[in-house]
Amino acid sequence: MKATHSFKSGGPSFAAGQSISKPPSQVERFVDRWFYRAAMVGAVLVLVLIALILWEIGGKAVPAIRDYGLAFLTKTSWNVQKQDFGILPQIWGTLYSSFLALAIGGLVGIVLAIFLTQDFLPSRVALVFRTIIEMLAAIPSVVFGLWGIFVVIPAIRPAADWLHSHFPWIPFFSSSLSGPGMMPAVLVLAIMILPTVAAISQDALHLVPFKIKEAAYGMGTTHWEAILKVLVPTAATGIFSALVLGFGRALGETMALAMLIGNSNQITLSLFSPANTLASLMASNFPEAAEVERRALMYAALVLLAITLIVNVLGTAILTRTTRRLAEK
Amino acid sequence: MTDIPHRPNMGSLSGMVPDLRRNIFEPRALWNVILTGAAWIIAIIAAIPLASVLYMLFVTGGARLNWETLTELPTAGFEMGGGIGNAILGTIVMVAIASLFSIPIGILAAIFLAELAPASPIATATRFVSKVLTGFPSILAGVFSYAAVVVIMGTYSAVAGGVALAILMLPTVILTAEEAMKMVPRRMKDAALGMGCTKAQSVWLVTLPTALPSIMTGVILAVARVAGESAPLLFTALFSNYWLRNLTEPTASLSILIFNFSSMPFDNQIELAWTASLVLVLIVLTFNILSRLLGRPKV
Repeated sequence: MKATHSFKSGGPSFAAGQSISKPPSQVERFVDRWFYRAAMVGAVLVLVLIALILWEIGGKAVPAIRDYGLAFLTKTSWNVQKQDFGILPQIWGTLYSSFLALAIGGLVGIVLAIFLTQDFLPSRVALVFRTIIEMLAAIPSVVFGLWGIFVVIPAIRPAADWLHSHFPWIPFFSSSLSGPGMMPAVLVLAIMILPTVAAISQDALHLVPFKIKEAAYGMGTTHWEAILKVLVPTAATGIFSALVLGFGRALGETMALAMLIGNSNQITLSLFSPANTLASLMASNFPEAAEVERRALMYAALVLLAITLIVNVLGTAILTRTTRRLAEK
Repeated sequence: MTDIPHRPNMGSLSGMVPDLRRNIFEPRALWNVILTGAAWIIAIIAAIPLASVLYMLFVTGGARLNWETLTELPTAGFEMGGGIGNAILGTIVMVAIASLFSIPIGILAAIFLAELAPASPIATATRFVSKVLTGFPSILAGVFSYAAVVVIMGTYSAVAGGVALAILMLPTVILTAEEAMKMVPRRMKDAALGMGCTKAQSVWLVTLPTALPSIMTGVILAVARVAGESAPLLFTALFSNYWLRNLTEPTASLSILIFNFSSMPFDNQIELAWTASLVLVLIVLTFNILSRLLGRPKV
């Protein structure tokens, strides 16, 4: 408070030849040192937290790792009575649903990012679409799950039935949609990662220097030639990191999937049969699990942690590097 | 244009000036139109889910939105009526606990990152970890809180739920607060230092007050994000059909209520789930709009 005080009353004192500036007192130096330490503790706590997370989840998974070993990753049954646990179907379901969702949500997200950054729309209309994307991001996962159960599943059932009855030999349509299943889960997941992809891609496209766009138009390109041959390739690494981080989000998404995917431990290409993911296995089994199953679930949590950490570290590293490189230009 | 209209005035020049207008039926121009059309269609398709969600929320959820629903306890099974009062209270309490943990730590860390030692190894590591944590699966925050709080306390509790939510809030608070403090003009901080302020005084008296609106934006965004979270509460706060009496017992929350009721065979519970969704979305959107209003650049 001292600084503010002297600043306010300091006006007239200039005339007297006094300066309002003065070296910090002993007390102020002391406070400063402790302030620095407190802030450092805050920063260090974040590092401690991530270490603690790895330690706690890793530590709790150790008994299961000792019991089941690496076979846990390749076995397909989840049988509590026989204490026979394997998570291959969940790993498959996690990757399959995330890739499909990325294919849909990623494409739409990138197109929206191009649409919003490349002068297609008057700024007011662009604001409407931007608001829509931000509101999609704000809607909780569990609400999307509820909407999926009561809107998406009934809405896609006719199409799913038609595809199954006419093309049952195509592996994607080899079973009928009896309720929850891969397809509704993927659609909702795609909607949920769309805002992530769109936001980061927009940033990447904004970072492309204006002179590059001008140069392309100057050469006589059409609007889309400039976008597809010049702007998107220039922003490619940024857009790639958007896809990686969107994929990371899809991998860890829990509630909407737990409500929509059907929680059935099977490996299938069919889009209409129920499946399971690592996160929804935990969501649906953990609350009522006994000690033995809980240990196996901790192992599954560790696997999910490892997969998502790798994907997120990769995405963040690419993004940090490209942002730095483009900012230098 | 295939046929250039004859312009007598241009004389001999007409042969040298290229025609700069583009023929719309030229393949590359046609592609341009097709792709623009496709982009429009995709953008409009992307708007459909939001419209559908909002429609369902206001029509189905709005039907039961009344004082009784907001203040009463949920009923069991076949009984009609009931409300979501305890879930609203539980969500608010747990978000408050999460804020209590994450905001002070987050802002302290952000001060270190933005002002005190931006290039130090600790700051670089913290910044990177925060960015990685923004994509951290929320259910793993629940697993961590289960292992670190529930197992040690021996009971599911609001505190355990709050801790799990705090982990999810922390990165947003740190990263947005750091950005906010970096936006404070350098000359203001230098002026304070030049007058003999210590670094602590310049942060406390100049940087923080100036950056406060933007910091608040980040905090409110973080609150909005975790208010809707359910995965981390599944096995930390669990659920309860009764009012919250203390912080060390299982606690209801809106998101878990939606999850539990969505799979019940009773219409009454499904209706309550929709109303709870509407209330939850309204809470989240209110916080989002609040942060937008606060975050409007003023300088």
